[in-house]
Amino acid sequence: MGDVRLMKGNEVIAEAAIRCGCDGYFGYPITPQSEVMETLMARQPWEQTGMVVLQAESEVAAINMVYGGASCGKKIMTSSSSPGISLKQEGITYLAGAELPALVVNVVRAGPGLGTIQPAQSDYFQSVKGGGHGDYKLIVLAPASVQEMNDFVGLGFELAFKYRNPALILSDGAIGQMMEKVELSDYKPRWTDEEIQEISGSWATTGKKSDRERNISTSLDLDSARQEQFNHKLQAKYRAMEENEVRFEKINCDDAEYLFIAYGSSARISQKAVELGREKGIKIGLIRPITLFPYPTKAIQEMLGQVKGILSVEMSAGQMVEDVRLAVNGKVPVEHFGRYGGIIPTPEEVLEALEQKIIGK
Amino acid sequence: MAKFKGAIVVETEKCKGCSLCVVACPTGVIELARDVNAKGYHYAYMANPDACIGCSSCGLVCPDTVITVYRTKAS
Amino acid sequence: MTATTEINKIINEDNLVYKKTNLLLDNEMHYCPGCTHGVIHKVIAEVIDEMDIQNETIGVSPVGCSVLAYNYIDIDWQEAAHGRAPALATATSRLMPEKYVFTYQGDGDLASIGCAEIIHACNRGENIVVFFVNNAIYGMTGGQMAPTTLEGQVTATTPYGRNTALNGHTMKITEMIALLPGTRYVTRQSAETPAAVRKLKKAVRKAFENTTEKKGLSFIEIVGTCSSGWKLTPTQSNEWMKENMFPFYQLGTLKDE
Ligand SMILES: Cc1ncc(C[n+]2csc(CCOP(=O)(O)OP(=O)(O)O)c2C)c(N)n1
Ligand code: SF4
Ligand code: SF4
Repeated sequence: MGDVRLMKGNEVIAEAAIRCGCDGYFGYPITPQSEVMETLMARQPWEQTGMVVLQAESEVAAINMVYGGASCGKKIMTSSSSPGISLKQEGITYLAGAELPALVVNVVRAGPGLGTIQPAQSDYFQSVKGGGHGDYKLIVLAPASVQEMNDFVGLGFELAFKYRNPALILSDGAIGQMMEKVELSDYKPRWTDEEIQEISGSWATTGKKSDRERNISTSLDLDSARQEQFNHKLQAKYRAMEENEVRFEKINCDDAEYLFIAYGSSARISQKAVELGREKGIKIGLIRPITLFPYPTKAIQEMLGQVKGILSVEMSAGQMVEDVRLAVNGKVPVEHFGRYGGIIPTPEEVLEALEQKIIGK
Repeated sequence: MAKFKGAIVVETEKCKGCSLCVVACPTGVIELARDVNAKGYHYAYMANPDACIGCSSCGLVCPDTVITVYRTKAS
Repeated sequence: MTATTEINKIINEDNLVYKKTNLLLDNEMHYCPGCTHGVIHKVIAEVIDEMDIQNETIGVSPVGCSVLAYNYIDIDWQEAAHGRAPALATATSRLMPEKYVFTYQGDGDLASIGCAEIIHACNRGENIVVFFVNNAIYGMTGGQMAPTTLEGQVTATTPYGRNTALNGHTMKITEMIALLPGTRYVTRQSAETPAAVRKLKKAVRKAFENTTEKKGLSFIEIVGTCSSGWKLTPTQSNEWMKENMFPFYQLGTLKDE
């Protein structure tokens, strides 16, 4: 057993970053995720691993520092919450356009605008459908526990480097602030210059060696024919992610007649609602998407022969439900249930919604 | 009598005919040609080669760095 | 001896006194005839070559006419979003403290949209070099007003001349930057005459040497022309610059610590 502790989700993000050999963190304070940078500053990883931590002047600067650091082939991350993530969108699309690996964490709070500091899941569209301009995708991981806050930092970097694409951890204020038992990852050393050379030498801007052409980190190509080719290449990459990286969890699905689909905090609540329903004799299952892009479309489709209806549960006015409906394509009824504005639904409410919107219909 | 004799070579096809070298030359060596290059620019050339002292002024100010300068002691 | 044969005798390797540095690539520059960007690129490339730091230098290009600077100088480059070059350079320099990192930015990029990024990079005293090309206009987008546009100056968005009541005052951001304790060397140069180019080159060399000595941020403003934006010929542009820009943007070193 590794290092087991009782920790807050946000603190774990910081701890996991240090332990996975992250080279740099650039951030700007915002509730409910300020503990990430606070933990890093208290831990002073530059003394231990050499990791750079810097409080930037804004989220705009922070994400562009990520772009600069990622251009050097380093493992670079940032974290923020919804309003700050909106500001980072320009930088994120540049990262995607320059094919740079990086990790972004969004500890979501309710909006629109300044909204409230309470948890929400209303940034789903922004995360999986774009957010910034242009045809691009992020790899989106949705943790439902403090343990997954730990695990997905390492996984996020792994996938980001595998595909040379930014990855996003889409968490929320509840998981960020929640204290839970967590088994921390073992320490991995930061990559040496030689390792960076081996892994990213063909593109990282580490200083031009005499044996290669200059490396250029850019998202610009003014030639439309080449730009279209490049977009084809990006799309092929996203299709490969859909092929290889879909992650989800199925709970009580074997005999399920009804299905909840929920991620993150909503999945925890829905799991409770499954138990409550089963106590009443209703055969409910839960599919918990872990990757929101790529989305577990096939896993949902495979359930369509056995289920009579699906409730998509989300702390939003109904965003992920669109992807559920796309997967289901009208074959069974699909409804959305959500509380929003910073309100977390109770398992009872969720079960009641299933009974009224799906079973009772 | 100048102490040095100079000469320049202009990469005519890359010259944009901006005239900055013409103005920079202290001895009035350079003019723009009446002919144009493939891009349509009147390119720079040594109109008065005898006056060149090889001081590199033209080379320094040329934004497109298309001038090479040579210089030797005047015999 | 005929004139041609005499010239041919002078033109040989032994007599070579000025040629393009190998660090400038053969790609033809996309800049307009006479554009100051070309001269500045050349000077930067020459200094990197002479200091033999090609392998250790990373340039950050802006959004503006010099967005494609990476096509001309043979080093590794990062191309930043509009105004954000100092943020990229900050991270690059902190993650690779032994490297030479510079940003190259226009006046719209640095003094307008990227005002926060440059001020804070300067204030933190990042160990980088900043080249700030002030041509008093937005070149790339077709000659609109920049923060540096002079009072009364006609641009595409100040068709009746810049009116301070309507458009705000002309901004001397270099003077502001010199006030910040993180900056060590702040100078304003130009590149319109051979003497100015030689002085500029000395300043560039000093700035990169400050990086070697880990002195902090060196900031070089270059007052330049944009003949397309100003709707003048390149030689007229130099005259206009001397007459109108130099009195307001006085050349010289503001700070050298
Ligand atoms: C976010 C964003 N806003 C606006 C633009 C359009 N744009 C491109 S270059 C430019 C102005 C550049 O002017 P300056 O920095 O003075 O450089 P110059 O072209 O004069 O060298 C603008 C506004 C952009 N590319 N990105
Ligand atoms: S300065 Fe250079 S580009 Fe301009 S006219 Fe002279 S040689 Fe041609
Ligand atoms: S080297 Fe000097 S004298 Fe010769 S052409 Fe150039 S500027 Fe004129």
